[in-house]
Amino acid sequence: MNDDLVKLTIDGIEVDVPKGTLVVDAAKKIHVDIPVFCYHPKLEPVGMCRMCLVEIGLPMRDRGTGELLLDDDGSPKLNFGRGLQTGCTVRVSEGMVVRTTTEPVKEVREDVISFLLSSHPLDCPICDKGGECPLQNLTMEYGPGVSQMDYSLKMHNEKQVPLGDLIYLDRERCIQCARCIRFQEEIVDDPVIQFHNRGRALEIVTMSEPGFDSYWSGNTTDICPVGALTSSDFRFGARPWELTPVPSLSPHSPAGANIVMSTRREAKSGGRSVIKRIVPRQNEWVNEIWISDRDRFVHHFADAPDRLQKPLIRKNGELTEVSWDEALDLVAEKLQAHSTAVAGLSGDRLSNEDLYAFQHLFRRGLGSNNLDLANRRLAGGDVTAQVGLASGSNLQDLGAGDAILVVASDLHEEEPIWWLRVKQASERGATLVVLNLRPTRLDKYADYVFRYAPGEAIVTVRQLVNAAKVETDTAVDQLTAAADTLIKANNLVAFYGYEGLTYTETDTLAKLLANLLLLKNEDKAHAGQINSGLIPVWPHNNSQGAWDMGIHPALAAGYQPVEASGMDAATIYEAVHNGGLKALYVMGADPVGDGRMPNRGQLDFLVVQELFLTETAKLADVVLPAQSWAEREGTFTSGERRVQRYYQAISPLGECRPDWQIAAQIGERLDMGKPAFAASLLFRDLAKVVPQYKGMDYRSLAKVAEQWPLVGGDDVYYGGTSYKNEAGLGQQWAAAAETDEVGLFEVADGDTAVTTNLPLVRIAALYTPGTLINHTPMLADRLAAPTLHLYADDAQIIGLQDGGETVIQVNGRSLSVQVCVNGHAPAGLALLSGVPWFPGMAEFEIL
Amino acid sequence: MAYILLRHRDIENLHKLDVYREHGGYEALQKAIDEYTPAEVIDIVKASQLRGRGGAGFPTGLKWSFIPKGPGEKYITINSDESEMGTFKDRELLEYNPHQVIEGALIAAYAVGAPQIYNYMRGEFMDIGYHFEEAILECYAAGLLGENILGSDFSCDMSAYYGAGAYICGEETALLNSLMGELGQPWAKPPFPAIEGLYFKPTVVNNTETLANVPPIITNGAEWYTSMGTEKSKGPKIVCLSGHINKPGNYEIVMGMTFRELLFSGEYGGGIPNGKEFKGLLPSGGSGPVITADALDAPISYEGLDVYGSVMGSASVVVMDETVDMVWAAMKMEHFFKHESCGKCTPCREGTYWMDQLLHRIYEGEGTLQDLDVLKSVANRIGGRTLCALGDFAINPVLGTVRHFSNEYEAKIKK
Ligand SMILES: Cc1cc2nc3c(=O)[nH]c(=O)nc-3n(C[C@H](O)[C@H](O)[C@H](O)COP(=O)(O)O)c2cc1C
Ligand code: SF4
Ligand code: SF4
Ligand code: FES
Repeated sequence: MNDDLVKLTIDGIEVDVPKGTLVVDAAKKIHVDIPVFCYHPKLEPVGMCRMCLVEIGLPMRDRGTGELLLDDDGSPKLNFGRGLQTGCTVRVSEGMVVRTTTEPVKEVREDVISFLLSSHPLDCPICDKGGECPLQNLTMEYGPGVSQMDYSLKMHNEKQVPLGDLIYLDRERCIQCARCIRFQEEIVDDPVIQFHNRGRALEIVTMSEPGFDSYWSGNTTDICPVGALTSSDFRFGARPWELTPVPSLSPHSPAGANIVMSTRREAKSGGRSVIKRIVPRQNEWVNEIWISDRDRFVHHFADAPDRLQKPLIRKNGELTEVSWDEALDLVAEKLQAHSTAVAGLSGDRLSNEDLYAFQHLFRRGLGSNNLDLANRRLAGGDVTAQVGLASGSNLQDLGAGDAILVVASDLHEEEPIWWLRVKQASERGATLVVLNLRPTRLDKYADYVFRYAPGEAIVTVRQLVNAAKVETDTAVDQLTAAADTLIKANNLVAFYGYEGLTYTETDTLAKLLANLLLLKNEDKAHAGQINSGLIPVWPHNNSQGAWDMGIHPALAAGYQPVEASGMDAATIYEAVHNGGLKALYVMGADPVGDGRMPNRGQLDFLVVQELFLTETAKLADVVLPAQSWAEREGTFTSGERRVQRYYQAISPLGECRPDWQIAAQIGERLDMGKPAFAASLLFRDLAKVVPQYKGMDYRSLAKVAEQWPLVGGDDVYYGGTSYKNEAGLGQQWAAAAETDEVGLFEVADGDTAVTTNLPLVRIAALYTPGTLINHTPMLADRLAAPTLHLYADDAQIIGLQDGGETVIQVNGRSLSVQVCVNGHAPAGLALLSGVPWFPGMAEFEIL
Repeated sequence: MAYILLRHRDIENLHKLDVYREHGGYEALQKAIDEYTPAEVIDIVKASQLRGRGGAGFPTGLKWSFIPKGPGEKYITINSDESEMGTFKDRELLEYNPHQVIEGALIAAYAVGAPQIYNYMRGEFMDIGYHFEEAILECYAAGLLGENILGSDFSCDMSAYYGAGAYICGEETALLNSLMGELGQPWAKPPFPAIEGLYFKPTVVNNTETLANVPPIITNGAEWYTSMGTEKSKGPKIVCLSGHINKPGNYEIVMGMTFRELLFSGEYGGGIPNGKEFKGLLPSGGSGPVITADALDAPISYEGLDVYGSVMGSASVVVMDETVDMVWAAMKMEHFFKHESCGKCTPCREGTYWMDQLLHRIYEGEGTLQDLDVLKSVANRIGGRTLCALGDFAINPVLGTVRHFSNEYEAKIKK
């Protein structure tokens, strides 16, 4: 018998569950529903609502001998205590007997429901939660059926209380279960809402400015068991039963957050189905049942009225609507004509299918390796292919004895989901080591924080890795101590980002960390082991896929080296400028808007494939309207190298086509054969070419497994409006180190020299203004305004004051910024947030 | 009989440390430290059969024995929240005999190995609290608090804390939450404070009066203590007498005295004023059911009221004469509970509100027979199902008055 298992009987059914399991969870596992309101399997139990009261009997023992006392029939005598007990707070014990269907239990459920309804407004007909409401469902199941509360005695309360711009509170509907408060406190450590007052006057208030200031606020609307919390995105937008839930992926999340898009056909959208809301989809390997507010609210761009809907060709200087055939013919002709001087730049938000088709067009159709990401920030995809987080890993499994290293990244602003997973691992006991230029929200949970000076990132990481190479018993300093913990950890996960680094530096960084993972401790390296490996903090949802698909001048799909490298992005911009390139095809990127490419230089032909008429598109000869991710299916690959599927949610807009199809239709005109009929078939093709994807297809990506907690049942009480995953958990592709011996990487020397006293580094903000987020009106007030953060002494020297405004010149552009002197910036370093990214450290001038 | 607890009534200026010491003060602490191991102190308190004076009557020695042995962060918390209706005993001790409370707490701290004591006082005790804090300072100056108390290895600190005015903060876990700066709401037990209390560390929560009993027990021994009282209720008890009574105030009695003696003896209550008839009394403030004349001969003790369906609680005896309208009394008490419910759990939060509404309606003559039925049924649906005992207290005003005075309710029902 397993010592960690406990045997108990619930309603006559014997069940073995792990020690420490709560009675409600034990029951849930055998599909005995003990109704709950306040309990949530992701939160600490509090026993407040009293809905889960059940009879719990314990075997009686002789006080002297400790022997079990037996009844006449030989069964153990049971002590059921003095009354009912809350199944959500009592943990199982050997021989326990739980009864959930007896009269007293039925009675108390009826009574708790009566009590809750006695001050509930019962406005289900106009309530957003109606139809997917735990209170409604449990009332139907367990409620008394008649009301005893005289309506005139009812307490009435405020009904539309904004807790900030994103979340509204209906005080009458709140049943004071504290799930929202506990989520904010326990899960995401943003305790910005709390109870105020007491008794029946107990109410939720927000204590932050702006109200409910948290990147996670939307999750409270999912787990609120009534319609008390609603989002300004969805409230009064539709009735739940009119919605079609479509499984999808967040188009912003490099961790690969699983979502469901609730869609509805609407007359006001001309009968098109549109996105009404986004809610989480359970994937315990990725985002559990949570998503950030960026994943939830930044979707309005897909339905935006200013989306491109028809192909455009510049005629007499004006972009003019044309037919697809006309546009595609022209593009094919021009690309072919310039095939010796052609290049392709793509974004990393597009699907694997799109990226594959794009590079295929260039490599097969045009014979060119001049391919890169338009705005590449982070190198090391090739390194990750060797030593990335091993397949089968789940960051949720990291805890005591394990270690996590985070370098040059602000996870909270870049990918809140990774921030959360790392924070939770640290709370479970994993050692967290953080290296960065400046303080971030991760420092609070870190065991070691190392702050390197500008220009010393690589040096510092190298020191750390070198220290790890030396066997020490007594650590001479913090760095050696940290190195020692890292190398001796059972599992080691290393995240690296690009804050303040150049592309080359990130490449060095990736290799240094790879070498750390490859170091052997007692004959075993971390690389290749489950729950260990490298994770690049990619800037976008499918940067990983871009590497995998070969959007790279030297690496074709599947990391196969090409014979002759093409131009990389920097060289392409050079060549645009000096005439070395004649034709450029930009897909899903805006190099002009991002400040990478000042103008179209000496290009003869520029084609841009986009959702919007971006700065780059405005300069194009041909503009091709693409479908957003919501309008078609596809796959993204996360930074943990999990290949995942998303499905078509809404009707395509206008004449928009999927990016992969457009690229393939251009290819068709270059005699590359017919485009695939569907994304799934294209995926099957690419899985044959990309060795890492071997054996994957849309069916295998759609496989699911039972996950805990069980969400999505009729009761909706565990997951709330987080959906059960019925559409696929995805598949992680194996890093080379899992099967092969991987040698140490050769690492180039050092950092780029710092040339100024006060270098400027661009830092991330989750709500950095941009084409996509600007289309979500409710986030308007939360967008990160361009802000220059300075250390007090530095501010004084250059004559700026906290709260002031100024104009600075950086990378040849002038920018008006707010000045902030509040401890974000370390001495000798200026930080700039709320602006498009630029690499490394810049010089700036005050105008 | 000489006072054991309210000794300041015999000795002037007992609140001053030198006076307290002149009268044997801190000798019990000295004795405990010099003569007994911590475990022996717990055994003596166990043997004395001292039970908690905060209301629940839990055996004090047993409570201390639950605290894990050995070094580590642990706390003693004195419960001076004293917010029960008609209770005013702890305030007298804090104001006039503070050192006996401090000495008791120090002995408790020595017994369980706690290096820190807090006294949690209701916010309204601000003034009394300042006096109490002076006593703490005196102790520090005299080496009775701080490092190496009385020259021994035993070190302990103490500080005072004030609540913000909530009855629920007398409940031990709500008290601890409040002390930690959290919302004053109880938590579901387990975990019990003895295992995970203040700052998640083992914590003893004892009533002020309970601790004041400890020094005399150490000085005089357990046998001396058990010689007083009834079978299950030993020792002296301060009774707070108020309401329709000629001589209201605190009385120190030995447990077992009857309510009749307490009310009518000239030494104690001195009878009902203005020649009015006795109608009923609340033995435990608002939180225990009312008892009537048939229970007057019940002994004042933990077990003495069982047969009358009531409890001694903290012994806050509120006397009501014939002029009291029992529906009115129930309404007033229920209003208190509605106001003081912390709102954490459903039956109490919703039920007290509901009962309060119904009682108002019935009292105003607008209630129907059905309202009365609903009132009773609401009360019955709260009992035994709440997170803390406040919910169980909150139904007693209704259940007690309905049991004995249903005719008064019926008289008010709308015809
Ligand atoms: C609603 C409520 C209020 C309470 N108020 C007090 C109080 O004011 N003073 C007190 O000593 N105990 C109070 N208690 C009892 C405490 O929870 C706890 O049992 C007591 O402090 C333990 O001390 P003792 O064992 O010395 O009696 C209250 C309990 C409840 C449920
Ligand atoms: S708002 Fe919702 S989640 Fe929060 S306490 Fe009220 S009912 Fe519970
Ligand atoms: S019984 Fe009342 S006071 Fe106690 S936890 Fe529940 S609501 Fe709060
Ligand atoms: S008390 Fe157990 S679910 Fe609320």
